[in-house]
Amino acid sequence: MTSWWLRALFSIFIWPGLLTGAAFGWFLLWMGRKLTARFQGRKGPLFYQPFFDFWKLVGKKTIIPVGVNPFAFYALPVISVLSVVMALALLPMPGQSAFSFEGDLILFIYLLEVPAIMDILAGYVTRSVYAQVGSMREAILTIAYNLPFLSALIALALRIKTFQLSGFASASISIATVVAAITLLLALLAQLKVNPFSIPNAEQEIVAGIHVEYNGLPLALFELTHALEASAFVGLIGCLFLGPVSSVALKLLVVLVISLVLIFLVNIIAAGTARLKIQHAFKFYWTWGILASIVVFIVALVL
Amino acid sequence: MKKNLFSKLISVSRRRSPWVYRVNAGSCNGCDIEVAPCFSPRYDGEQVGALLQGSPKHADILLISGPITLRTKAMVKDIYEQIPSPKAVVAIGSCPASGNVFSGSPTIVGSAEAIIPVDLYVPGCPPRPQEILDAIQKAAIMLENGETRSQKEDSND
Repeated sequence: MTSWWLRALFSIFIWPGLLTGAAFGWFLLWMGRKLTARFQGRKGPLFYQPFFDFWKLVGKKTIIPVGVNPFAFYALPVISVLSVVMALALLPMPGQSAFSFEGDLILFIYLLEVPAIMDILAGYVTRSVYAQVGSMREAILTIAYNLPFLSALIALALRIKTFQLSGFASASISIATVVAAITLLLALLAQLKVNPFSIPNAEQEIVAGIHVEYNGLPLALFELTHALEASAFVGLIGCLFLGPVSSVALKLLVVLVISLVLIFLVNIIAAGTARLKIQHAFKFYWTWGILASIVVFIVALVL
Repeated sequence: MKKNLFSKLISVSRRRSPWVYRVNAGSCNGCDIEVAPCFSPRYDGEQVGALLQGSPKHADILLISGPITLRTKAMVKDIYEQIPSPKAVVAIGSCPASGNVFSGSPTIVGSAEAIIPVDLYVPGCPPRPQEILDAIQKAAIMLENGETRSQKEDSND
């Protein structure tokens, strides 16, 4: 029993939870900023940039806007960090199995949905009109991008006949896996809020989006959530391809390569496109997203 | 004062990640045009960690340009107070320093110093982007060492 608790704490805080998730997420975010800079002909930041951005925000004084409940102001970012950390702990990375049960995929999806809900609430709680516009956009976008995201996961789950994440990590690679990964990439663009779908946090356009009134430690926690989300979503796609390899080192290599490919694709799309309007983004997901969902279901169940 | 590891990490982070908010207090836009290239391919302020922020609540360094007209006076003070401390103020161009060609006009305050504590002045009409980037870097180093005027006022309280 004690050893289970130790393993549980280890998976929450170190691998693949908070520590690894944050380090890997910061690496992915830096990679994104560096790639965007290189595409634009700039040099870009050095690798430690997201790390120092986080600690600088931690070291700043926090101003709570007048008329905002301080409890809600602090609770929202804390809840979103905790839920993403728990989601990361569920990821079937090699070397841990403290949390693995039938149906953990559903819990994983729910936990990854919490930060979006907290973002929406944060926009309304801070009472800024810009944040409220951002919240509304985020709420609409959530309905849009979850369509391909959920369809791809459900189609794969039907194919391998389990809702357990470790089942995903041990399933063999087929055309269905690749199609599902592409469908998940479609949703990843909106989940990471990068350029064609940087609608909720539209910098300059609606000042700074949802987090316009956030500062200091709560903002740092939201930034940390973003990094953890990046590693959770990318890690989820990475673990679809873990099936054929058996050794731990090779599995880690597969996850790393898949992550680099994904972050390269996401940023080449982000650097090459301009921000869409919310109605166009919605239309995109409800036409191409539905198409991708149908294709992934056909491929998963028929082929 | 002896620093522990955590506060050392925080102060190094302040130097590595200066986020910038700019405010135009009645400037002719010349200085603002010179700020934009600091974040463009040629000068690329992101190499030193500088980022333009849309909200003053996310910023560390306030770039102020223009001679502070009477209409913008209250807003400049408001924006300065919205930036969470520690913070630095960099005055861009000759206008916030002396009023420049508008000096003596009844519609301007003429000096940013009268409204908010300025840490660094970048002279020129307009100054070159290299000098603005240099000032951002110097302001970041001042933030690291706790030398900005807002930090000194905080420690006196």
